[in-house]
Amino acid sequence: MTVGTPKYRELGLTDSEYELIVEKLGREPNDVELAMFSLLWSEHCAYKHSRKLLRRLPTEGERVVMGPGENAGAVDVGGGYAVAFKVESHNHPSAVEPFQGAATGVGGILRDVFAIGARPIAILDSLRFGELDSVRSRHLLDGAVRGIGHYGNSIGVATVGGEIYFEEPYEHNCLVNAMCIGFAKTADMVRAAAAGVGNSVVLMGASTGRDGIGGASVLASAELGEGDEEKRPTVQIGDPFEESKVLECCLELLAKGLLVSLQDLGAAGLTSSAGEMASAGGVGIDIDVAEVPLREADMEPFEIMVSESQERMLAVVEPERVAEVRAICEKWQTGSAEIGEVTDSGLIRILRGGEVVGEMPVEALVDGCPLYDLDPAEPGGWIYGNRQTLAEGAAPEEELLALLGAPSIASKRWAFEQYDSLVGSRTVRRPEQADAAVLQLPESGNAIAVSIDGNGRRVACDPYGGTIDAVLECAQNLACVGAEPLGLTNCLNFGNPEKPTGAWQLDRAVSGLADACNALGVPVVGGNVSLYNEGPDGPIYPTPVVALVGEVPDPARVAGNAFVREGDAIGLIGPFAPTLHGSELAKQRGQLKMGLPQPDVAAVAAACTIVRDAVRAGKLASAHDVSDGGLAVAIAESAIAGGIGCEANVEHLRERGCQPEEALFGEGGGGFLVSGDREVLEELGAVLIGTVGGEQIAIGAGDRSLSVSLAAAESAWRSLDLA
Amino acid sequence: MIWGVLQFPGSCDERDALHACELAGDGARLIWHESRDLDGVDGVVVPGGFSYGDYLRAGAIARFSPAMEAVAEAAEAGAPVLGICNGFQVLCEAGLLPGALLRNVELRFRCHQVDLIEEGTGERLSIPAKHGEGRYYAPEEMLDEIERNGQIAYRYAEGHNSNGSVRDIAGVTNERGNVLGLMPHPEHAVDPLTGSTDGLRVFARMDRLVSA
Repeated sequence: MTVGTPKYRELGLTDSEYELIVEKLGREPNDVELAMFSLLWSEHCAYKHSRKLLRRLPTEGERVVMGPGENAGAVDVGGGYAVAFKVESHNHPSAVEPFQGAATGVGGILRDVFAIGARPIAILDSLRFGELDSVRSRHLLDGAVRGIGHYGNSIGVATVGGEIYFEEPYEHNCLVNAMCIGFAKTADMVRAAAAGVGNSVVLMGASTGRDGIGGASVLASAELGEGDEEKRPTVQIGDPFEESKVLECCLELLAKGLLVSLQDLGAAGLTSSAGEMASAGGVGIDIDVAEVPLREADMEPFEIMVSESQERMLAVVEPERVAEVRAICEKWQTGSAEIGEVTDSGLIRILRGGEVVGEMPVEALVDGCPLYDLDPAEPGGWIYGNRQTLAEGAAPEEELLALLGAPSIASKRWAFEQYDSLVGSRTVRRPEQADAAVLQLPESGNAIAVSIDGNGRRVACDPYGGTIDAVLECAQNLACVGAEPLGLTNCLNFGNPEKPTGAWQLDRAVSGLADACNALGVPVVGGNVSLYNEGPDGPIYPTPVVALVGEVPDPARVAGNAFVREGDAIGLIGPFAPTLHGSELAKQRGQLKMGLPQPDVAAVAAACTIVRDAVRAGKLASAHDVSDGGLAVAIAESAIAGGIGCEANVEHLRERGCQPEEALFGEGGGGFLVSGDREVLEELGAVLIGTVGGEQIAIGAGDRSLSVSLAAAESAWRSLDLA
Repeated sequence: MIWGVLQFPGSCDERDALHACELAGDGARLIWHESRDLDGVDGVVVPGGFSYGDYLRAGAIARFSPAMEAVAEAAEAGAPVLGICNGFQVLCEAGLLPGALLRNVELRFRCHQVDLIEEGTGERLSIPAKHGEGRYYAPEEMLDEIERNGQIAYRYAEGHNSNGSVRDIAGVTNERGNVLGLMPHPEHAVDPLTGSTDGLRVFARMDRLVSA
């Protein structure tokens, strides 16, 4: 920090933003107010560079129970029940301290879901690191996986799926996106709006300390750089045991109808939860910081207001019910304190022992931050590096094994076995058994499928088309287990939006997301934006991570991704016409460049319907989406999963303009690899490409034909192990 | 048989255990950790999870709960008591079962399907295991003694002992045989949709104690 720099600039506010605050208050803010404004006006809380773009997204749908603006989105799954879900990033904390960063990322997203009255039933995560030959990346991967496991396992919520990619641009700025799925009786769900002048504001859960002060502005809204280890004190520390008690306590309070509204404390702590509750309810809130239980007695009011200590919830309670609420908190051995009151003043007032130490209009604090237009400009070419690890003239067998062993493609068993994927007794398909996680809902008599997907490399090649591809891949994963999408959530991980390229990537990606959702008829029920993901070497790949929740009428009919029976026919369904653009093979050859073929969304959607209906009718032995590494990798994955080889021929793709190596290893949306009875596949309109059986994976592709043993393929695919 | 399932702050698998007990027995109910009254149940499950956060040592605090005092008395009176994962750790800490559970030899939490062999019958069961502190340990003399007494209930099948337990031990009983603890989770193996129904055989074994 430089001597002479105004404090507001050190806190991340611009000169004009500060002037606006002064104008809205009619005076200079004091330290308490400045701290609170700087956090709520940070990118992380105010979405000031993304909010205008996000208006493009479709949010309406007949199954939507809660949409954007609530703590989590929710869709109706029938029988009076709803499924809530949300993804959130914890990228910068994880880049500074991966174990606690990832752990508290999980803790935070769980609170978002039980804040609306849904019991968390599953966690998924989407992770990005630099290449695995980097010591730093291995450290971050190990820490993040342990952190996710620590929190999820201890609190007893199953981690049922996710994805991990390794790419150079994430070397400095890893991505840790955590998703939580919750289940609730629709009638029991609660919104976050404060209501009822004179009602009490009750803080529940852990006491408040100095951890995580300024996390939202210091960590989440600025680029990473030298000296980040000094930021470690801004990373929060997680306590899953405390959260488990708070979770059970809140669900009991809601089931007994004792709360008017409930909100979690996340980024910007009490400041944002009180501010957002007041704003949503159109009321004011008084908070007396002297009533907040503290870990350190000498904390300043501003520290209490911005602390990001974990495992805390804020509730609005009718005064005559406060005693009962506090007794239930006591039963669960968790803290509670009456710290304030709902008022009709339209102000957030901060008091200390009755003395006013801060007073701001809710409208100015929560909704007053200016929203910015972006200044996008398309870059002249590929702005990221290219590193060749595979010679262009390599034999096709060598290429297949190199792809199967690529850390982004290889089995992630090492990671997901560190997670409890079973607790809750809902997990019908465990990780890597199918393309989407499937969770049974005996209460509503059906099941849901969930998939989380994103391919930053393809989005870097074409932010618009790459984002559409991500949504399509997610939809295809759902189709493979017979699920129809009900709603989408997303986490937009991008670089600096104030730079023209970062702005262009974000702008194009949001348009792609909107167009894909409109074409599929899927509403966006929530989302999260993480910007300024840059390191000293430049921005990350633009990485929109999308997650779909879909309905499965009968979980017993769900197909797996493994070949099952010797003699089954292998078929290809969908408008799959792959190219090497943005593919894993192009990466390994060091040939990445701008541009992707534009996907035919309507044709892919039609293929999804065919596969979904066939799975629901129990017609397919296996169904697997063709994605990273192309058709040859998809064939090998189904063979490895089933422990049975196959003979296939992909030369048919010549008719779609594909060269042999494109047919083998090219990537692109719209491809389903299925197996089953020959007649059934023919009825479905599948192109028959082979037969299940034997100990070899043999694929005919003209002069690029290949044959590898099942054992060699499996050994390459299982090569990822950090133990 | 009516089962009671203990619920500590930090228990994770108590609802799954409750469901499994309902399937395997004639009814089941949760018993709050502060209750000294077992509510007239015939047998007790001490479920999996991270009781009291397990920050000190797995099971080290839960053993002092009022409900555990009641469980010790019930065990003494011959009632079936089944400790699963964290429950096994609690029963060892309470001295109701011999031995102790140490950190897995690979020092990582691991969740995967394992095969168990029931001692005596030789029956093979496929049941999930998920723990970070499941390496069964006891001194050699104690191991010899519990082997002699027939107190080893389950061993990991060859190739399935991933946590490094001595003599492949996955589950042990007290001398009388009415208290059983095991690391794998029979309550997660009661539904073909989620993987296997072999866990029901563990509950049936406990049931036989009551009917015998």
